[in-house]
Amino acid sequence: MIAIPTSGEGLILAIPLVTAALLIFISNYRLSARLNAASAFLTLLAALSLFVRKTAPGPYLLVDDLNIVFIVLNTFVGFTASVFSASYIAHELETGRLTKAQLRFYHAMYQTLLFAMSLSLLANNIGLMWVAIELATLTTVVMVGIYRTHEALEAAWKYFILGSVGIALALFGTILVYMAARPVVGEGPDGMVWTVLIDHASALDPALLNLAFVFLLLGYGTKVGLAPLHAWLPDAHAEGPTPISAVLSGLLLNVALHAVLRFKLLLAANPGAIAPGPLLVTMGLVSLIFAGFMLYRRRDIKRMFAYSSIEHMGIIAFAFGMGGPLANFAGLLHMTMHSLTKSAIFFTVGHIAQAKDTQKIAEIRGLTTSHPMLGWSLVVGVVAIAGMPPFGVFMSEFLVVSSTFARAPLLAIPLVIGLLVAVGALMQKVHGLAFGEPTGVSHPVKASYLPMIAHFGLVLTAGLYLPPPLVAWFQHVAVLLH
Amino acid sequence: MERLAFDVAHFFAGSLVLVSLMLLYQDRLSALINVFAFQAVVLALSVAWQAYVQGAPHLYLTAAIALSVKAIIIPVALHRMIRRLGIHREVETAVNIGPTMLAGLGLVALSMVVILRATAAADMLAREDLAFALSVVLLGLLMMVTRRNAVSQVIGFMSLENGLILAATGAKGMPFVVEISVAFSVLVAFIVIGIFLFRIRERFDSVNLQALDDFRGEIR
Repeated sequence: MIAIPTSGEGLILAIPLVTAALLIFISNYRLSARLNAASAFLTLLAALSLFVRKTAPGPYLLVDDLNIVFIVLNTFVGFTASVFSASYIAHELETGRLTKAQLRFYHAMYQTLLFAMSLSLLANNIGLMWVAIELATLTTVVMVGIYRTHEALEAAWKYFILGSVGIALALFGTILVYMAARPVVGEGPDGMVWTVLIDHASALDPALLNLAFVFLLLGYGTKVGLAPLHAWLPDAHAEGPTPISAVLSGLLLNVALHAVLRFKLLLAANPGAIAPGPLLVTMGLVSLIFAGFMLYRRRDIKRMFAYSSIEHMGIIAFAFGMGGPLANFAGLLHMTMHSLTKSAIFFTVGHIAQAKDTQKIAEIRGLTTSHPMLGWSLVVGVVAIAGMPPFGVFMSEFLVVSSTFARAPLLAIPLVIGLLVAVGALMQKVHGLAFGEPTGVSHPVKASYLPMIAHFGLVLTAGLYLPPPLVAWFQHVAVLLH
Repeated sequence: MERLAFDVAHFFAGSLVLVSLMLLYQDRLSALINVFAFQAVVLALSVAWQAYVQGAPHLYLTAAIALSVKAIIIPVALHRMIRRLGIHREVETAVNIGPTMLAGLGLVALSMVVILRATAAADMLAREDLAFALSVVLLGLLMMVTRRNAVSQVIGFMSLENGLILAATGAKGMPFVVEISVAFSVLVAFIVIGIFLFRIRERFDSVNLQALDDFRGEIR
């Protein structure tokens, strides 16, 4: 089956795969960094072409209105992160933290990861989706451990064991879904095709579906980083290379969330099954409040933003759990804003850690004086992620809170408390980091500020003015999500 | 024939659960690896029987993978590894064997109750298979939780995965079973190579994960 893919989804998968194979053989790191970024850019173009031309869902791949949002966001952040990565790794090579052989490996893995994430988003087959998420997990495990330090290896091991258990549970859930589908759809591959399943959803055995969803939620929920299954997340974010932290936080968590949403749709279409919403709402609230309090005790800057990711994934899961057009809209918007803001924060933090030779919060002071551009980027990023106006995160959080107040005022109380706790922690930490007298070592940074400016620009624009076509699209998807 | 097919499949699936319980109380690493290899043999037999009964030749491939990779290659590699690390006599359990066995029995009962109740509509063989498979999965999880040693955690994970393969082969006509078993073999190979290449003993002075737990990354 060797055909030159001409459709958008074929290209999205083929470009990273071919590039990954090429990158293994290129030892010049400047060339491979450029190729990495160029390939990510082409993938983004291919993703944008999905808006123009849509193909009918096949047995393996599917492009629908829901996953286009995820794919375009994924390929966009994949591209900007590759631009950031180019300036980040040059420094790592100079300081000797990475060797040239490791960099070759790193670039090939980066493209493989983009491939795996796109495959999981495009998959129309729940078995294929599972395999793709497993592949994404494996590639990120090796990337997290790439520095080979004591801490990096421990983080990779922890991520590996917890991630493996997660995907094992998800597979059990997938098998149960097939068992539920078999009497209705018949034996064979059709029983795993998502579009077939959703068409027959009302006829599936509700008891089996309920059981399946519990396993799928636990399994993929581990990968989303929802409490109490989040233990791998802070370590993996803190110890890996920063471009990978940005991709993990901005993209991989969304990919797992997309899988959960697909199965939530399946349950919602079956009248006899339990409502999946309350489960998501509970896990979301627990993650939000837990992570909010944990933010206060962080001493490592990357670890702190990893906990902030848990908090935001909690908010997103909460919004999708509430359901209904408004909350789903808010969830989608929040997911987009969080991906853009958090990856930009990690870009900034990556350069900060290089400039100060440390990730410890206590040893970083007065960044706005010593590195004005980085310092103010960090301030902007933290203000944005904390949900302050005029940034887009404020708008999405406001929508989540207001829709909750309208429908379930009691749930809004813990939600608001969680949000305020997190804001307090972030503001307290950023004050020390950005202002005051600079201390400790301080190197000049050759950073490319373009990715951060692009992300913060988009988040700011979204906060001030959302283009009507985007609003219409999100509203349409929000209705689809029930 | 129908009756015999059911009984034999039932026998193999039940044996898998029994071997999982045996894994729980092994207190030496080399014995643990041997019992795991035995479980892989039982799994291969069970999958081969399903291939025969369902008339699904591709499942023979899954059985062959289970036999070659899990019953031979991985146990041999693990034996060599623990000998080289000099830890072939030790196993540390976080919880005593008595309570662990009780918890294991409870999990088996739990999975019987949950599955048999949830699948009242499905056919008998599939139900029983699924109930046994869930027991093996939960026992594997229990083992990963109670053991503190990296090697025995990996064995716990692999026995968990045996339960998944049992469930996948029991679901008649399920696509991707072979692919999934290959994907899992890759994953397991990754883990084993991971322990070896990362040289946990060198880096951490012991394969004891308790030592890792004491290290929290934040307090340096």
